[in-house]
Amino acid sequence: MAELITLAFAAFVTENVILTQFLGICPFLGVSKKRSSALGMGLAVLFVILLSSIVTWTMYQYVLVALELQYLRTIVFILVIAALVQMVELIVKKVSPSLYKALGIYLPLITTNCAVLGVAILNIDKNHTFIQMVVYSGFIALGFMFVMYLFSMIREKLDYSPVPKAFKGVPIALIVAAILAMIFARFGGIV
Amino acid sequence: MNQKENFLKGFIKENPLFVTVLGTCPALAITTTVENALGMGIAVFFVLVLSNLIISLLMVNPKMQEWIKPVRIPVFIVVIATLVTVVEMVMHAFLTNLYESLGVFIPLIVVNCIILGRAEAFASGNKPLDSIVDGAGMALGYTFALFLISFFREFLGNGSITIWGELKVNLIGLFDFLQITPIDLFAKPVGAFLTFGFILAVIAAITNKKQEKAKAGVK
Repeated sequence: MAELITLAFAAFVTENVILTQFLGICPFLGVSKKRSSALGMGLAVLFVILLSSIVTWTMYQYVLVALELQYLRTIVFILVIAALVQMVELIVKKVSPSLYKALGIYLPLITTNCAVLGVAILNIDKNHTFIQMVVYSGFIALGFMFVMYLFSMIREKLDYSPVPKAFKGVPIALIVAAILAMIFARFGGIV
Repeated sequence: MNQKENFLKGFIKENPLFVTVLGTCPALAITTTVENALGMGIAVFFVLVLSNLIISLLMVNPKMQEWIKPVRIPVFIVVIATLVTVVEMVMHAFLTNLYESLGVFIPLIVVNCIILGRAEAFASGNKPLDSIVDGAGMALGYTFALFLISFFREFLGNGSITIWGELKVNLIGLFDFLQITPIDLFAKPVGAFLTFGFILAVIAAITNKKQEKAKAGVK
C-alpha cells in the first residue's frame, strides 16, 4: 500500500507530466487561457488516459506479448487511442448531451495529445502491474488537470498585467511555466 | 512559389517551432544536449520527408483521393506510425545510446503535430516532389530550432557542447576564467521553459521592430 501511495504522489507531483516530463505541452499552452476550458480539457484527458491505459496495457500483455509482436506497439497503441477517442465521443454524445457539450470540443484534440500515448508507453516501459498502472495513469492525469487549472488561473490574471510587448502571449506563459516547474521540482525532496 | 522558396520557408517564415509553435513537447524535453537535439532532428527529418512523399503519392490520383478523403486521418496516422516504428527499430539497433537518451520521445514522434500538420496542410494537396522539398525544409527548420535551444541549454547548464558521441567541445575553461560555475538550472526542466520563452520573446521583439519599420516606411 505504501508503495502505491509513493507511486501516486510521484505521478501527481514530482513526475508531473507537464512540468517535468513535458508531455501534453500543446494543450497546456493552447487551452489554458480560461479556467473553464482548462478544467474541461483536464477532465477529458483524465477520462481518456484512464481508459486508454487500461485497454492498451491489457492488449500489450495479453495479445502482443503472446504473439511476440511487441515491436508493433506504437502502431497498435495509436490506433487504439484514436478509435477509443472516437468511440467515447459517440457514446458521450448519445448518453449525456450535457457532458458532451462540456467536453465535446476537447475530445478530438486528445488523439494528438502526447500525454495519452506517452503514459500508455511509460506503463509498458516501467513494467507496471495492473494496479500500479491504474494508479499511475490516474494520478498522472490528475496532475495534468491540477497544473492546467493552476496555470489557467495565473494566465487569467496575466491578461491584466503590464507585460513587455515582446513577451506577450506564449513567451510569458513559458516563463510562468518555468517558475511553476521550479516550485514542483522542490517537492522532489519529500519522496 | 518556386522550389527554393518552398524549401526555405520552413526555416524562418514558417518555422514549425518558433512561428507556429508545433512540436513543443520534444523541443522542451530532449534539448538537454546538442547531440540529442540533432538525433531527434534526424528522426523527424526521415519520418517527415517519407510521410510527405507517401501521402502525396496516395492522394495524387483524383480517384484515390475520393476514396481516402473520408478516412484520411486514420490513413495518415498508420503511415506515420509505421515510419516511426522503422526509425525506432533502426535507432535501437545502431544508435543505442541515443535511443536510450531520447526514450519515450521516439515513439511520440507519431503524435508530433508537425508531421500530421504537414500531411494535412501540404502533402495531401501537392505533387510528390513539392511535398518532399516541403518536408525537408520543415524538418531542417525544426532541427535548427532544436539545435538553438539545446545549444543555450547545454552551454549554460554544463559548459560543454556535445556534437556527436566523442566529438565534444569543452568550454568549462571559459567559465573558470570568468570565475563562475555553469548554471545547473538550465539542464533541468526549468531551463527548458526559460530558454524557449526567451528565444520566442527575442523573435517577437525582432518581428515587432520589423513591422514598425515597415509601417514607418509606408508613411
